Amino acid sequence: MRSHEAAVLPIEARGLRYKAGGRALIGPLDLTISQGGITALMGPNGAGKSLLLRLLHGLIRPTAGTISFSGRAAGDGAPRQALVFQKPVLLRRSVAANISFARSLAGGGEHVDDILAEAGLTAQARQPARLLSGGEQQRLALARAMALRPQLLFLDEPTASLDPPATLLMEDMIAGIAQRGIKIVLVTHDVGQARRLADDIAFMHQGRIVEHGPAGTLIEAAETKEAQAFFAHRLVL
Amino acid sequence: MSDFEQAFALALRLLFSFDPALIEIVALSLKVSLSALFLAGLIGLPFGAAVAVTRFPGRGGVIILLNAMMGLPPVVIGLLVYMLLSRAGPLGVLGLLYTPAAMIIAQTILIAPIIAALTWQVVESLEGEYSELFRSMRVPFHRRVPTLLFDARFSLMTVMLAGFGRAVAEVGAVMIVGGNIDHLTRVMTTAIALETAKGDLAQALALGFVLVLIAITVNGAVIVIRQAARRRAYA
Ligand SMILES: Nc1ncnc2c1ncn2[C@@H]1O[C@H](COP(=O)(O)OP(=O)(O)OP(=O)(O)O)[C@@H](O)[C@H]1O
Ligand SMILES: [Mg+2]
Repeated sequence: MRSHEAAVLPIEARGLRYKAGGRALIGPLDLTISQGGITALMGPNGAGKSLLLRLLHGLIRPTAGTISFSGRAAGDGAPRQALVFQKPVLLRRSVAANISFARSLAGGGEHVDDILAEAGLTAQARQPARLLSGGEQQRLALARAMALRPQLLFLDEPTASLDPPATLLMEDMIAGIAQRGIKIVLVTHDVGQARRLADDIAFMHQGRIVEHGPAGTLIEAAETKEAQAFFAHRLVL
Repeated sequence: MSDFEQAFALALRLLFSFDPALIEIVALSLKVSLSALFLAGLIGLPFGAAVAVTRFPGRGGVIILLNAMMGLPPVVIGLLVYMLLSRAGPLGVLGLLYTPAAMIIAQTILIAPIIAALTWQVVESLEGEYSELFRSMRVPFHRRVPTLLFDARFSLMTVMLAGFGRAVAEVGAVMIVGGNIDHLTRVMTTAIALETAKGDLAQALALGFVLVLIAITVNGAVIVIRQAARRRAYA
């Protein structure tokens, strides 16, 4: 049973706009995510994917528009949510201490050792977090986000700088998290990854969602020319 | 042997015989300066960190004031504390003038702004690195300051060492509020000043050696801490 969906879904953005430095960077944007599982947010560089994630997570305030989760406005009674940045910021502590910090914020939860085991970081538990490899750092950042016991998880290009084996490890972790009923919104450029993981894809272009639908449909038969161009180009490469 | 050579030889003999008078002075110096360091750390670390993480009107003024206070000459602080503690002063009833407590107060006032200002710098730069993470993880305010202080621990240890170095080498403030009284408020720096004036170069030199040794140890500790931090990629 997908236990957290009632608190999270639908995720709705209405008339969302974000301006900075006199430029309209986002919107007007409308988005409704009513399915559980993994939603991939795709689109070319500079489309506004990271900004949208920050808006949804409440790190920046929209210039206009509203965001709600399960019918409740973000801010009051928002679901427990976590975000993993593309470049993870790790605390200047050991791997295990990074986890226990998040765990203390959540007021308990799974044991640190179990969380580390799931991330494949048991052997590195006592190492300074910043000495981990790129792939290990990403897994630690994800594990630390999970220690916050989120109902909703935002991931910004979590595998962008990883090699294929590290990418697969990360994807296994992500799929396992989704199976526990935690809603995931995943920014990715990797069409193969979207195919492997995503249930639906929201495609962004110039600060707007131009197409949103089941993953297979978007990748194989997108309707908008922006999405077609993006996926066609990827397939040719 | 010239006077100077004689003094040198005698100084070494005093040192290596652990001359009781010498030990007493060194011990009091360490007691006063370490106490001042403890108090200044208690004030300066949280204050500097709080200034780094909060935004309030007048914050710029506080930072300018802190930085200005870093450069306050010890004699001026000595004078201020003297006026506070002298019999006619507002705290005169405490009878603290010419006691080690007065010296601790003066050195605390001397180094607390240094520790606060350096802590502010260290924590502000770490906060720049952590602020998005904190907001993303919804870290409550009361957890931010301790987290930043802990994660900046290597840099802050060197900040504390800098404060200690300044306190232990300072002469003006302790001279004024301590009075350089034998067996009571005589510390290394004031003893050196006195013995030199009296012409007892051996005693002054022996204490000078100890001060230099302390300075070398402090600097050595700073280097060791920096290396440890770098090894852990915390630098
Ligand atoms: N604070 C800001 N001030 C001004 N412009 C900004 C700011 N933040 C982002 N932008 C601009 O907004 C646009 C969208 O940025 P965003 O980071 O969301 O893109 P993205 O879709 O995540 O791209 P990428 O795939 O390269 O990560 C970019 O053109 C960027 O330069
Ligand atoms: Mg981005």
